[in-house]
Amino acid sequence: MSTTAIDIDRELGNFTYDVKPYRDSGFGLSADTVNYISDVKNDPDWVREFRLKSLQTFFDKPMPTSWATKDLDAIDFTKIRYYLSAQEKTTRSWDDVPEDIKRTFERLGIPEQERKFLAGVEAQFDSEAVYSNVQKVVSDQGVIFTGSTEGLKEHPEIFRKWFGKVIPTGDNKFSALNSAVFSGGSFIYVPPGVKVKHPLQAYFRINSENFGQFERTLIIVDEGAELTYMEGCTAPKFTTATLHSAVVELVAMKGAKIQYITVQNWSPNVFNLVTKRGIAHEEAEVKWIDCNIGSRLTMKYPGVVMKGRKARGEVISIALANDGQHQDTGAKMIHAADETTSNVISKSISVGKGRSTYRGMVHIPKHLKGCKNNTECDALLINSTSRTDTYPAITVRGTGNVTQHEASVSQVSAEQIFYMQQRGLTEGQAMSLSVNGFVNDLVRQFPMEYSVELKRLIDMEMEGSVG
Amino acid sequence: MASLLETPFIDPTAPDWLQTLRQQAWTDFQNTPAPKRKDEAWRFANLKMLELDQYQPASKIDRETEQKILAQSTGLSSVAGRLVFANGILLAKQNLTAELIAQGVQFLSFDEAVNFVPELIQQHFMTQTVGLGSARLAALHKAKVSTGTVIHVPKNVEIALPLEIFHWLDGQNSTVFPHTLIILGDNAKLTVLEHYQSTQSQTEGLACAVNDLILGAGARLTYVSVQDWSDHARSFQINSTELARDAHATNMVVNLGSSYSRYESASRMRGPGGRSDMLAVNVATDHQEYDQRTLQDHAQPHCTSDLLYKNALLDFSRTIFAGLIRVEEHSHKTDAYQKVRNLILSDDAEANSMPGLEILADDVRCSHGATSGQLEQDEVFYLLSRGIPEAAARKLLVMGFLNEAINRLENESIETHLNSLIAQKFATL
Repeated sequence: MSTTAIDIDRELGNFTYDVKPYRDSGFGLSADTVNYISDVKNDPDWVREFRLKSLQTFFDKPMPTSWATKDLDAIDFTKIRYYLSAQEKTTRSWDDVPEDIKRTFERLGIPEQERKFLAGVEAQFDSEAVYSNVQKVVSDQGVIFTGSTEGLKEHPEIFRKWFGKVIPTGDNKFSALNSAVFSGGSFIYVPPGVKVKHPLQAYFRINSENFGQFERTLIIVDEGAELTYMEGCTAPKFTTATLHSAVVELVAMKGAKIQYITVQNWSPNVFNLVTKRGIAHEEAEVKWIDCNIGSRLTMKYPGVVMKGRKARGEVISIALANDGQHQDTGAKMIHAADETTSNVISKSISVGKGRSTYRGMVHIPKHLKGCKNNTECDALLINSTSRTDTYPAITVRGTGNVTQHEASVSQVSAEQIFYMQQRGLTEGQAMSLSVNGFVNDLVRQFPMEYSVELKRLIDMEMEGSVG
Repeated sequence: MASLLETPFIDPTAPDWLQTLRQQAWTDFQNTPAPKRKDEAWRFANLKMLELDQYQPASKIDRETEQKILAQSTGLSSVAGRLVFANGILLAKQNLTAELIAQGVQFLSFDEAVNFVPELIQQHFMTQTVGLGSARLAALHKAKVSTGTVIHVPKNVEIALPLEIFHWLDGQNSTVFPHTLIILGDNAKLTVLEHYQSTQSQTEGLACAVNDLILGAGARLTYVSVQDWSDHARSFQINSTELARDAHATNMVVNLGSSYSRYESASRMRGPGGRSDMLAVNVATDHQEYDQRTLQDHAQPHCTSDLLYKNALLDFSRTIFAGLIRVEEHSHKTDAYQKVRNLILSDDAEANSMPGLEILADDVRCSHGATSGQLEQDEVFYLLSRGIPEAAARKLLVMGFLNEAINRLENESIETHLNSLIAQKFATL
């Protein structure tokens, strides 16, 4: 099978520079590690206490291997560095970013994208944001876009009110871990009525080996305001495992809209264990668009708590699992008010020996009226060694609510491939086209730049997958 | 009287092999930990229902109760044979025709089977792994079993009329452990209807049943079990169906009674070309809780499985459905479907659905669906406008909803019988 027609740099994210860390907490996790992080970040006392308490919760909680994959046990928490920073503080100009770090982001095309279509960018390198900037027209409207460290220092009145409220520390073992050692991530506040026209973006980059990245993001969009936020992630291929464990909390006040877009392309050694949840108040909307490619194991179930009447939650996700990878993804929809609606559309593709899992939760408690949920999961299996699983859990109480869940598993039709080959495509091209067709209706919901990137990533992953 | 959980079942008249088997099972029961709250196989379940200390072995039935039981043990008007058990004792038997006996068909109580066909029990009795959470209860059943039915239909023998089995539970805190072992030879055909009933509707009791259904190549079995224990009884039933090449099993459970009923059903396709239809009709009222876990295990290519579970929920009732379609590696050309539909008829009722897929082969067609909703107001209105009172209209619509599953049995006499049982339950509401 020829793959020459697909002209893509497969090694786009696979490079690393020897960046001398400015600060390094060393290997292993203890109260000393947490205190080190609190010291260097000059945390207020309440944050230090919060971290130490979370550390204990992390130690107390068992691994979720009663239901999840045993591969989690492969993580050796003593062999991870929990904090690394390359420079003293975040800068607002690419010129001030140290040359070796700037090289990394230039190579990934981040400054170029900022100039072209973004309203603001934050770039995180290992533990800290190295660059953060937002266009003047946006900041003039009162929009705050900064790193979480700066957010909690400069805007404590907003930060503290919501921090840890959407996702409590003890939600799961990894949210507790993040709460103990969090560093980096974004803090965004959009004032009432402000509709941010262009997306804000954060870019997370793991550069160092044996490193754990624990960014913490908190986004509050006030009444009637709107925001689109995008994040991208890469890490180079190391032979040892790397851990990425973020916590993302979204708050959409009355009538607000948040769209959170993630395109992750981790290298196959990354354990990507992320907790993401949003609260939607009355008539607000939280929409997660989530695309997972790469990583050794991803466990991520973005959720929406629909707290106000007529709130809306949505998860659109695409996962692609290749050899040695397990994409364990899904969605949680918690209906907590009348007339709330949620929609989940999930598509997964398993290639080679890849495994994709959909795990979902829909909860409509007692005495709610007029709630609706729709869930659709489609899985595509490319090879006879691929695997897919679906494990939804739906709880509905009372009359006046409706849920429907549908899932199907299929393979690429041999007739379709044959037909395309008759028209001169190679088998690989035909397969790519089929897979892109499978996800096409979802990809169209992505901003254009991302949908192009996604198609190319899919092409890349499909290389050599047939035969 | 000693609690059920303190001593194993001792029957000095039983053969050594059976005593050893029971003793081993008793040890297994004691060594198997009880499920915990975080146990995925018991998610959403009310684990309090697994506390069984208060139950005791059932006592003998008095003469008067026996007469009542026998008078009420008529389900279908014409059957090929009938067995009636109460508190673990065989009360009556309507035997097979001489012709069927001549063809080698065995229709025996568990005791008879132990004496006359021990090799059947030794070969097939509870040899399947219990994989859906109730290994501890299965061990308890194995240690305590003293009653039940063993059916063997030899190769190429078809039995036109259904066999009917009744299990009765009588007395406060009584327990029964009914067992059903059905072995069909190649191309044999059989229909079995099993009833589980209590003499009083208000007494507490425990039933822990196991059914093993083993189908030879090309065999065809329809097995229907109707759980209608006392409203205060707890019921556990573990069903395993094994299908050889081209066999077809239709398995239906109907839940009407008990305060808590846990039903586990695994269909394993062990030869290519098999087909398994798994059906359930559940009418949950008051505080009843029906907890059902299923497995459609495709271990061979070219098999079909189709599951349809229907729940009507009233009052404060709860249902749990966790089903899994598992397609093993190389089981290509699998066609598997699973559907659970919940009709919620009360503001306090709760339906939990966990339809699952685990697919390890790529050339397959697998899908599932789960829905929860209410009666369509337009449909109710239509019936009202035709002069049908609201309560009757609702009942009609619910019966229509449940009939989708019942009709799949394609057996008119059983369908009529089931419909009348369901109507009886609605009549008491």
